[in-house]
Amino acid sequence: MAYRHVVGPQAYVFADLKELMAKATPPRSGDMLAGVAAASAEENVAARMCLAEVPLAAFLSEVLVPYETDEVTRLIIDTHDAAAFRPIAHMNVGDFRDFLLSASATSEALAALAPGVTPEMAAAVSKLMRNQDLIIVAKKCRVVTRFRNTIGLPGTMAVRLQPNHPTDDPAGITASILDGLLYGCGDATIGINPASDSLPVLSELLKLTDDIIQRFDIPTQSCVLTHVTTSTEVINRGVPVDLVFQSVAGTETANASFGISLATLREGHEAALSLKRGTLGDNVMYFETGQGSALSANAHHGVDQQTLEARAYAVCRPFRPLLVNTVVGFIGPEYLYDGKQIIRAGLEDHFCGKLMGVPLGCDVCYTNHAEADQDDMDTLMTLLGAAGVTYIMGIPGSDDIMLNYQSTSFHDQLYLREVLGLKRAPEFEAWLQRMGITEPDGRLKLQRGNHPLLAAAPGLAA
Amino acid sequence: MSQGAKSETPDEPAAAGYVIEDAWRKLATTTPARIALGRAGTGLPTREVLRFALAHAQARDAVHTPFDSARMAQEIGALGFEIVEIASAAPARDAYLRRPDLGRRLSDASRALLSERAGGEVDLAIVVADGLSSTAIHAQAVPFLTAFKARMVEAGWSHAPIAIAAQARVALGDEVGELLKARAVVVLIGERPGLSSPDSLGLYLTFAPHVGLSDAQRNCISNVRGEGLSHDHAAFKLAWLIKEAMARRLTGVTLKDESDLLLVGGQPPALRLSAG
Repeated sequence: MAYRHVVGPQAYVFADLKELMAKATPPRSGDMLAGVAAASAEENVAARMCLAEVPLAAFLSEVLVPYETDEVTRLIIDTHDAAAFRPIAHMNVGDFRDFLLSASATSEALAALAPGVTPEMAAAVSKLMRNQDLIIVAKKCRVVTRFRNTIGLPGTMAVRLQPNHPTDDPAGITASILDGLLYGCGDATIGINPASDSLPVLSELLKLTDDIIQRFDIPTQSCVLTHVTTSTEVINRGVPVDLVFQSVAGTETANASFGISLATLREGHEAALSLKRGTLGDNVMYFETGQGSALSANAHHGVDQQTLEARAYAVCRPFRPLLVNTVVGFIGPEYLYDGKQIIRAGLEDHFCGKLMGVPLGCDVCYTNHAEADQDDMDTLMTLLGAAGVTYIMGIPGSDDIMLNYQSTSFHDQLYLREVLGLKRAPEFEAWLQRMGITEPDGRLKLQRGNHPLLAAAPGLAA
Repeated sequence: MSQGAKSETPDEPAAAGYVIEDAWRKLATTTPARIALGRAGTGLPTREVLRFALAHAQARDAVHTPFDSARMAQEIGALGFEIVEIASAAPARDAYLRRPDLGRRLSDASRALLSERAGGEVDLAIVVADGLSSTAIHAQAVPFLTAFKARMVEAGWSHAPIAIAAQARVALGDEVGELLKARAVVVLIGERPGLSSPDSLGLYLTFAPHVGLSDAQRNCISNVRGEGLSHDHAAFKLAWLIKEAMARRLTGVTLKDESDLLLVGGQPPALRLSAG
C-alpha cells in the first residue's frame, strides 16, 4: 500500500512500507549505494513524519521481505507473541516512541513486551529517535544471560577478550590472553578469530583457552569464532567447545551466502547444548551481525540496512544467545561512511537488540579507509556505556593484528568503568579479586612480575 | 624536573613518572600484538598514544596518497614491460570509497584504449591496481614484478601489456583480462591497510576472466611485503597457481594452494632458466 505525506506545496508518496522505512532512515552511505535512501533532507523528514503515523499492527500485515520466499520473515511472523504485543497494539510508531520514553515503560514492562516487538517495529521507532532516546530507552531494557557467569546485570558491562594472532601462534595468543586477564578483561568470553579454518588448528586453540580457564578456575567461557558447521564438527570430535559462534544476517539469502540457514543454526545450538558445559546457565550461542551485510551479499530486497540488521536479531532470538555483537564499523565506508554514521548505527543496533530482548554488545570499531578515528570510538563507547551495552571488545592496544581493524582496548574498558562506574560480571569480578588482579573497588592492583597467571606463558614461567 | 608516583619500597613496581609499567613486558617478545603497554591511570601512556597515532596516520596516508600512475609506468617500463595506463569509472578517491561498483568497471576511455591495444590471445594479463593502498603498490609492485618476470620467462607464458589502473578494485581485472584476450588475469592490488601493515600487496588470479565473476572464482595471495610474504616467495606461489589453473582450467575455492609442498627449507626452489 502507498503512503503519502504533504510538506507545504510538496506531496511525498512512498510506494510501500519498505520504501517509507528506507527513506525515513538517517543518512548513511550503504542506503545510498543500494539506491534506497531519501533524495533530499526534506524527503527524509517527510518520511519520518509519515512513518510516525503508521500503526504498529501494519508491520504484521505488510511484510518488507516476502513471507513465501524468506524464512526469516516466516520466523518473525509465525513466532510473534500477540499477548505480549497487546499493550502496544493500538499505537502507531510515533506513540510507541513516546511510550518508550515515558515512565510507564519500566524495565519490567519492556521485558514483557520484547516477544511482541518485531524487528521492523524496533527499526521503525528507532528511525524517529534521537541518539539520546536510543540511549535512555536501551538503558531501561534488561537482558541477562548465563553460562559460567552472569552477563547483563544492571550497572555491569562485560568484555570479550579478543587475542587474535595473524598465524594463530599459541604463544602469541597466550600472551594476549594473559595481558587481557591482568587488565581485568574476559568475562563475556575469551574469543579468538582464527586465521586458519583447519580443524587441527581450531582444536588446538579451543584446548589452549580451555586449559587456561580450567587451570585458573576462571568463571568465563571460551569461543573460537569459526563457521557453525565447523564448530559442530569439532564438537563431534570431542574437543571442548563452550560457545558456538556464527555470523548471521536479516534475510534468508544473506544467510545462505554465509552458508547457513535456521536449520543449520538449530543443529549447532543442539550440539553445543549437548555438552552441558555451562555451570550457571545454558546460553550457548554467540552471534555477530552488522549493518550492510545483506547488501554486500546482494540479498537486501530493497530494504534499508538498519531494518535488515534488526531482522538479524530476530534470527538470533530463538537461540537464547549468551552474546550478540554488532560489528558496527568493520564493513567499511561504503556502508557507514564516517564516525557520525558509525556512532548512530552503533546506538541504533544496540537499542533495537535490547528492545527485542537480545543481549547486545558492540564491536566499537573502524577500518583505515573510513573517515573515523580513536576520538569517534571514544564517543561511541562512552555513549554505549551510558546506554548499558552488554559488552564491548578488548583488544591489545585497539589494534587487531589479524583482522586489520581498530576496536576497543583493555585500557578502554578501564576508562569506561572509571567514568561510568560499570562493574564486571559478578563471578568474574570476584575471581579477579581472589587472584589479586583488582582491588575491591574494581580498579587494577599494581602487579609484581611474579603473578601466578604468568606461569601459563610458555617458556616465561618465573 | 620529573615528579611522579615513585615507589617508596623496593618490592613495588617500578614507575617511570606517572606511568605504571606492566611487570610482564617480556611477554611482548612473543607477539606483534600491542600488549604490556603500561598505563597512565586507566589510559595509554603518552608514548603509546603517539605510536598508535603515527601508525594510523600511515595507514590513512596509504589509502589517500594519490596513485602515481606515471611513476609506476616508468619504473615498470624500465623492467622491459609494455605499459598501458587505465582508470576505473570512479572519478576520484571519495567516489571510489563510497561506490565500490564504480571501481570494478573501466572508464569509457580506458575500455576504448584496451580494445585498441588488444592483440591476439595471450596467456596472461597483468593489472597493477592501486586498490586501498597506493603506498603498497608504490613500494611492492616493482620488486614483485622483477621476481615474477623471471618465473614467467621460466614457464614461457605470453602476456599482454601491463595495465596500470587507478581507482581500481580487484574485479576490474575481469574486464581488462577479457578485453586483452587473456587466459588468466593477475591483479596486483594494494590491500586494505592495517595499523601494522600499511604497505601490504595482494595478488589475485582469475582464470578465463570476464565481467560478472565473483570473488569465489579467484585465488588470492595476501600480505606480500617485507615483513610478510617475500616477493620471491609470492612470485613462486603465483606461478604455481597459474600452472595449476591452466592445467585444470579454473581458479577459485576448488583450487587449493599446495605450493608449500615444493618448498626447500622454507624457501621456493631456484629458477631453472635454462630448462626446456
